[in-house]
Amino acid sequence: MRLRLSTDSIRNASIERVEDLSGQALSSCYQCGRCSAGCPVVDEMDLIPNEVIRLLQFGQIKKVLRSKTIWICASCMQCSARCPKGVEFSSICDALRAMVLRMRLATPAVDAGNLSRVMVSKAPQMGVVSALRKLLNG
Amino acid sequence: MEHRIGVFVCHCGTNIAGVVDVKRVAEELAKYPGVAYSTDYLYMCSDPGQNLVKDAIKEHGLTGVVVSACSPTLHEATFRRAGAAADLNQYRVEMANIREHCSWVHRGDKEMATEKAIKIIKTMIEKVKQNEALEPISVPMTHRAMVVGAGIAGIQAALDIANAGHDVVLVEKEPSVGGHMAQLSETFPTLDCSQCILTPKMVEVSQHPRIKLLTYCEIDDVSGYVGNFKVRIKKKAAYVNRDVCNGCGLCIEKCPAKTASEFDEGLSERKAIYTPFAQAVPNQPVLDRDHCIYFESGKCGVCQKVCPVDAIDYEQKDEFLDEEVGAIIVATGFDLYPIVNIGEYGGGDIKDVVTSLQFERLLSASGPTGGVVRRPSDGEIPKEVVFLTCVGSRDPEGHMPYCSKVCCMYLTKHAMLYKHNEHDGQAYVFYMDVRTPGKDYEEFYQRAAEEDDVLYIRGKVSKLFEEDGKVMVWGVDTLTGQKVEIAADMVVLGLAMVPSATATELAKMLKIQMNQWGFYSEAHPKLRPVESLAPGFYLAGAAQGPKDIPEVVAQASAAASKVCALFAEKEYHREPIVAWIDEDECAGCRICISVCPYDAIEFDDEKEVARVQEAICEGCGARIAACPSATAQQRNLTDDQLYMMVSAALED
Ligand SMILES: Cc1cc2nc3c(=O)[nH]c(=O)nc-3n(C[C@H](O)[C@H](O)[C@H](O)COP(=O)(O)OP(=O)(O)OC[C@H]3O[C@@H](n4cnc5c(N)ncnc54)[C@H](O)[C@@H]3O)c2cc1C
Ligand code: SF4
Ligand code: SF4
Ligand code: SF4
Ligand code: SF4
Repeated sequence: MRLRLSTDSIRNASIERVEDLSGQALSSCYQCGRCSAGCPVVDEMDLIPNEVIRLLQFGQIKKVLRSKTIWICASCMQCSARCPKGVEFSSICDALRAMVLRMRLATPAVDAGNLSRVMVSKAPQMGVVSALRKLLNG
Repeated sequence: MEHRIGVFVCHCGTNIAGVVDVKRVAEELAKYPGVAYSTDYLYMCSDPGQNLVKDAIKEHGLTGVVVSACSPTLHEATFRRAGAAADLNQYRVEMANIREHCSWVHRGDKEMATEKAIKIIKTMIEKVKQNEALEPISVPMTHRAMVVGAGIAGIQAALDIANAGHDVVLVEKEPSVGGHMAQLSETFPTLDCSQCILTPKMVEVSQHPRIKLLTYCEIDDVSGYVGNFKVRIKKKAAYVNRDVCNGCGLCIEKCPAKTASEFDEGLSERKAIYTPFAQAVPNQPVLDRDHCIYFESGKCGVCQKVCPVDAIDYEQKDEFLDEEVGAIIVATGFDLYPIVNIGEYGGGDIKDVVTSLQFERLLSASGPTGGVVRRPSDGEIPKEVVFLTCVGSRDPEGHMPYCSKVCCMYLTKHAMLYKHNEHDGQAYVFYMDVRTPGKDYEEFYQRAAEEDDVLYIRGKVSKLFEEDGKVMVWGVDTLTGQKVEIAADMVVLGLAMVPSATATELAKMLKIQMNQWGFYSEAHPKLRPVESLAPGFYLAGAAQGPKDIPEVVAQASAAASKVCALFAEKEYHREPIVAWIDEDECAGCRICISVCPYDAIEFDDEKEVARVQEAICEGCGARIAACPSATAQQRNLTDDQLYMMVSAALED
C-alpha cells in the first residue's frame, strides 16, 4: 500500500492537537536521530523517537497512538537535552499519552478503554500514566 | 663544460617519502656522473627548502639543478625563481616528477618505486646537462580584453576590467545581455529580486565608455596567442539598423507573427520582431527571420511600414568585425539538462510537469502569469506542488554523475516562494541529500521546513504519470521505509546544469580544454581555478562548473584580476622552449607548415626555408616529429637530449 500524502492528510486536526498540547513544532525536526541514539530505553520501543516524529510529520497519528513507545518513554528528557533543534520529544510523548487517555483508546499497547471517565478526569494524569506503564510489560 | 648538477629529493611529507626511499635515492644519485651535490628534504617547496637549493648552487658552484618532487605544473616556476635568485639561469633548473609519476601510482611496491624514482631523476639529469641558458621571449601585448558571454559572469568580469582602466569587448550571442539571471524571480538566500540587482549592471555595461558591447554576435575565428589575439566576430543580421533604431517598440506592437518566447521558456509568446524581455539591454529589437511572414512569403512588411525612423532593413547581411585583444575570458554559462531525456518523468509530455526555469518565470512578477503561480494545463492555482531534486544529476548510470550544486537551494526557494504565494497550498520536496553549503544557506532551508511547512521527503521519485487531471508522484520515504504517493497539481524538476549548447564548439575554436561533460577545465583545481591551461584564456561562471550567483561573481572578479595582472606588464614574456631550425639544413619541403596547429611557421620565399615565429610557437613538438630532414629542433629538448634521456632510463 502506498501512503497517500496530501495537504489534508498531513496537517489533520490530531496533528495540530499534538503540537498544541506539546508546544512543539513537528516541522522543526530534521530527522538527525540524536534523540533515539541517546534514549536509555530505546531498545524496548517499537517505534524509535525520531520515527514517531517522522510519522507525525506525515500525519500518521494512528500508528503513533497505538505504539508502545509512548508508554515506555521514561520522561528522563535525555532526548530533549540533546536535540540540536530544540525539539522536546518527551513533551510530544506527554501529549500523545494524554491523547490516548482523553480519547480512552484501546490500543495494542495499553487499554485506556477500561478506565472510568471519572478516573481519567479526576485522577492526577501522571498517576494514570504510571499505572498504565506498569501494566504494559506485565 | 664540466657538469656540476645538484639533485634535491623532496619527501612531500609522506606523499613521496611514504613510498619511495628518499635517502637511498639521494645517496645513489650522488654517485651519478656529473652530480656534484645530492640531498633530500621534507618539503622542498617551503622557504627552507628553496633556500637549500639557493645555498647549494652558490656553495657547490652548480651548473644545473634537478628538483625531484611533484609535477612541474605545480612548482616549476617556484624552483626556477629560486635558481634565478642564486644566479643560475632558470632554464637550467628542471623538475623530476617522482610524485604523480611514481609514489602516487606505486603505493604497494616500495622497492620498485625507489628504483623508478632513481631512473626518472637520471633522465632529468641528462636533460639538464645539455640545457641551454635561455631568456624568456618578450612580445608586445594588446592591453584590451574580450569577454565571451554576457550573463552575470561576463558582465561582472567586463565591468571589473573596464573599471581598472582597460578596454573590453563584450560579446553576447543573444539579443540582450543578462543570461539566466535575468530570468530568475527572487534569489536565495536573501530573496532579493533578481532583475532589481541585475538590471543596473546590465545598463552599466552598455554605457561604460571602456566597454564595447556586441550583442547578437558570435565568435567566428580566433588566431594569435596570449597578448596578441585576433578575433573575428560575426554580427548576426538583425534586419534592424541598430545605428538608427531608437527602441520605440512600434514594430513589435504591430507585428502579426508569433512564436514561443525563449525568455519565458515557452510559457508565453513573443513576436517575430522582438526584444527578449522588457528590460532588455540593448532594447533594440531583432527580427527572427525563421518566424517572420515577410521572409516566409514576401508578404507583410508591417514593421518596415510602421517604423518611424526607417530602421528595418530586410536586406541586411551578417557582418564580420575584427578585434585585437590580449586576453579572453570565456563566460558562456549553462543550460538545463534537456527534459526530453527524462523519460521516467514524462520527457516533457506532461503539461503540469515543468522545468525549474519555467517555474522561475511563473514566480516572476514580470513573468507570463504576473507572478501568480498557475499551472500550464488549465491556469488553475496549484494546491499540491511537488519539487524533485537531482533530476539528471548524481545519476552515473542514466544521466550526469555530478551534483549540480544549486538545485537544492533553488528548489527550496521555489517551495518557499510558492508558499508565500499560496498560503493554503502544500509544497513537498523529494531529496537524496539537501545540500546547503553556503553562507546563510542552511538557515534558509530550515526556515522553509519550519516556517513554510515544506515537507522534505527522503527518496528519489520513481515515476510521474497523469491521472484524473493530476500528476501522480510515486516515491518512497527511506526514513520510514514507506512507499508514498501524491496526487500533485504540479511538479517542478530540478534539472541538472550542463554547459551551454555552443561550449564545445567554442572550446575547439579557442583550443581550450574541457572535462568530459563539456565544462571548461581550470589550469589547477585548487590553485589556478580561473585560468585555462591555454595561456591568455580565463574562465568565469557556470561554464566552468555548476555554481550559484555569489560564486559566479567572485570567480568573474577573480578572472578579471588575473587579466589585470597580465596587463600590468608592458610586454608579455613567453617561455623560450620553442622550435628552431637550422636554415642551412632545411630542405624547404614545407611539411612542418602543414602540421603546425598554431600557424607559427612562415616560409622565406627568397631563401626557400621555413622559419619559426618564436612569439607564436607553443613548443608542441609537432613539426619536429614531422621534419623529414631532422633539422627542426626544440630548445632544451633536442634529439641529442632525448637520446641521452632515453638511454639513462633504459640503463640497468
Ligand atoms: C532555476 C534556477 C534558479 C536559480 N536560482 C538562483 C538563486 O536564487 N540564487 C543564485 O545565487 N543562483 C541561482 N541560480 C544559478 C544562477 O542562475 C547561475 O549561477 C548564473 O546565472 C550563472 O551565470 P553565468 O553568467 O555563468 O551563466 P549564464 O547566465 O548562463 O550566462 C551565460 C551567457 O553567455 C551567453 N553565451 C553562451 N554561449 C555563448 C557563445 N558561444 N558566444 C557568446 N555568448 C554566449 C549566453 O547567451 C548567456 O547570456 C539558479 C539557476 C537555475 C537554473
Ligand atoms: S524522555 Fe523518553 S524518549 Fe526521551 S530519552 Fe528519555 S526515555 Fe527516551
Ligand atoms: S534529536 Fe531532535 S531533530 Fe534530531 S531526530 Fe530527534 S527530535 Fe528530530
Ligand atoms: S515583416 Fe516579419 S517581423 Fe515585420 S511585422 Fe511582418 S512578420 Fe513581423
Ligand atoms: S544540488 Fe542538490 S538537487 Fe542539485 S544535484 Fe546536488 S544534491 Fe541534487
